[in-house]
Amino acid sequence: MFRFSFQRLRALIRKEFIQLKRDKTTLIMIIMLPVMQLMLFGYAINMDPKHLSTAVISRDNTFLTRSIVSAFEKSDYFNITHKASSDAQGKKLLQQGRVLFVITIPENFTRDVIHGNRPTLLLQADASDPVSIIGATSAMDGIYQSVAQKEFNGSLAYLQNNATPAFSIQVQKSYNPEGFTRYNIVPGLIGMVLVFTGVMMTSLALTRERERGTMENLMSMPLAPLEIMIGKIMPFIFIGMFQATLILLIANLLFEIPVFGSLSVLFVCMFLFIICNLALGFFISTIAKNQTQALQMSIFVLLPCLLLTGFMFPFDGMPLWAQALADMFPLTYFIRITRAIMLKGAGWAEILPDLWPLLILMSVITFFTVKAYKNTLD
Amino acid sequence: MTKWAIDVKNLTKHFGDRVVVNNISLQVPKGKIYGFLGPNGSGKTTTIRMLCGLLTPDHGEGTCLGYDICTQTDLIRKKVGYMTQKFSFWEDLTIRENLEFVTNIYEMDHVKQRVDEALEKLHLTHRANQLAGTLSGGWKQRLALAACILHQPEILLLDEPTAGVDPKARREFWDEINQLSNQGLTVLVSTHYMDEAERCHEIIYIAYGNIMARGTVAQVIAETKLKTFEISGADVPLLRQKFEHNSDIATMALFGENLHICGTNPTKLQKLIEAQKTLAQFQSKEIETSLEDAFIYYLNKAKEN
Ligand SMILES: Nc1ncnc2c1ncn2[C@@H]1O[C@H](COP(=O)(O)OP(=O)(O)OP(=O)(O)O)[C@@H](O)[C@H]1O
Ligand SMILES: [Mg+2]
Repeated sequence: MFRFSFQRLRALIRKEFIQLKRDKTTLIMIIMLPVMQLMLFGYAINMDPKHLSTAVISRDNTFLTRSIVSAFEKSDYFNITHKASSDAQGKKLLQQGRVLFVITIPENFTRDVIHGNRPTLLLQADASDPVSIIGATSAMDGIYQSVAQKEFNGSLAYLQNNATPAFSIQVQKSYNPEGFTRYNIVPGLIGMVLVFTGVMMTSLALTRERERGTMENLMSMPLAPLEIMIGKIMPFIFIGMFQATLILLIANLLFEIPVFGSLSVLFVCMFLFIICNLALGFFISTIAKNQTQALQMSIFVLLPCLLLTGFMFPFDGMPLWAQALADMFPLTYFIRITRAIMLKGAGWAEILPDLWPLLILMSVITFFTVKAYKNTLD
Repeated sequence: MTKWAIDVKNLTKHFGDRVVVNNISLQVPKGKIYGFLGPNGSGKTTTIRMLCGLLTPDHGEGTCLGYDICTQTDLIRKKVGYMTQKFSFWEDLTIRENLEFVTNIYEMDHVKQRVDEALEKLHLTHRANQLAGTLSGGWKQRLALAACILHQPEILLLDEPTAGVDPKARREFWDEINQLSNQGLTVLVSTHYMDEAERCHEIIYIAYGNIMARGTVAQVIAETKLKTFEISGADVPLLRQKFEHNSDIATMALFGENLHICGTNPTKLQKLIEAQKTLAQFQSKEIETSLEDAFIYYLNKAKEN
């Protein structure tokens, strides 16, 4: 076995970066891919945090409840699009991303108000679009005021005089991972771009080197397989990190999408995920005979990622077999982790259930790649 | 210390169910220039790759510079300069960057100084920052050779180093190889050029993965027992038609207006020529058998097996 040498490793990495610097097509693709995707999705999705689709479950139908519902609509934030008959139906609408809010008016609401029982009205909100929620929930006071002014007159005037409100609105944020919102699309986009760079670009770069014959030269030199692997992979780690940062930055500056959780946790997870993809790309290059084959195999990996991992279609809506299949893709876990960190502010403890499958997948893929890679032309 | 730089026995390599190298044994003495000849696809590149550990033989064993070619490839790689058949340095790196890369990979010190020296020797100092891909064929070969000897290897494995290079550059290339050989370097070089074969101390000829002949050029020719006659005159085209498919003639080839025919049985060959004397206008004389004729003879012999 060779002694691990930094002089060699540095030379390998330097060579890759020089080559990358001169490869204008790749450079443009590295930058344009995330930017274009983000623009496309970012602008395609409703940016206006007003007139958000809302469902109502009304168990009490009186002048007061009708007034409350219309006050919601007049606030400009809510647009009553659905009438649900049960909690289950409301939940389904919310989960499918059809509505962002569900207003539930309990039974005997009006009677309780009149009797001074101070009932509670429930507003369930899809918290995966945090900015919209903030605007909408801040409108709650205004809604109460306008209802009170309009309805608590005459015989009900005593309700207005009370120091405490006659009814309250309880906002319940429920995080919905499947809603097709800008907030949900950004973590998915980071994941997709990282898969693209890691799997497709790495496998292509390696098979290109083999096709050109320079790999034979490299192999005839005293280099350990691990040195060749690290040297080849290193630029792509940088590229991946750069692309992810670019997406986060644009998302923040252009679309005001914040990261609620810790950036360092996010970047550590990204690093692990990048390694996953690079190992997979490397693995493909060990079986692909030429660039065309490498491309085909990469697409074979990319396509299910796009369709099954919850990037395009809600995970929960997929048939069980598809869910089982998606469980084998690192991207499935990465999207969940990133959504949790970015949108829910999750820390290590909260992402653990999705982190360990990612770590296991990473170890398995890396293991097979190191095993499959040989320093000979056999 | 053994006197062999390369000493391998019964090397065999299959690709799929095709035998590409069949039971090759090879001994290359230290400090010699050893020519490796054979038609396209005969297994030269495959053999060279096995010698420097890039391919693992299916059967057989042996050593290169005293290191086992199956188990000690790491050590072999440090001391071998392998020049691939196809230019395999990085075309998108400059000449200097390529040389610097190699110098660093072999963990040498004084990188800049060594690279400068190499550039100087190549007469490429003024073009050091040119991309290697923009060099002409001859310069690429020179760069490749320079990069191969940077780490002062003990043996050079050169796979068709002069393919597609003009005569002057070829001669300079060989002068350099002779010089290196004089300094004690062992050289194994594959080639398709007869004149290059003649510049080697010893040659080996393989066809279809089998060794057909070995030794000095004179030995390889003599071993065929071929006699060659040169026929000249007005009726050469006619004779050429008549001699075709004649089993006594091993090889026949036109050189300008002259016809060379060779065969292993000189008396039969002479009879054949005499028989035509009354029918056609020509002169004939015996000449020395060329290496090319010998190779074609060996190739036909290999085909029969
Ligand atoms: N990796 C491989 N897989 C399958 N077949 C191979 C492989 N490498 C070489 N071959 C085949 O093995 C045979 C011998 O190839 P090799 O390159 O050793 O010949 P060569 O003597 O170097 O020929 P040339 O003079 O054209 O360079 C060829 O027919 C080639 O197609
Ligand atoms: Mg060859």
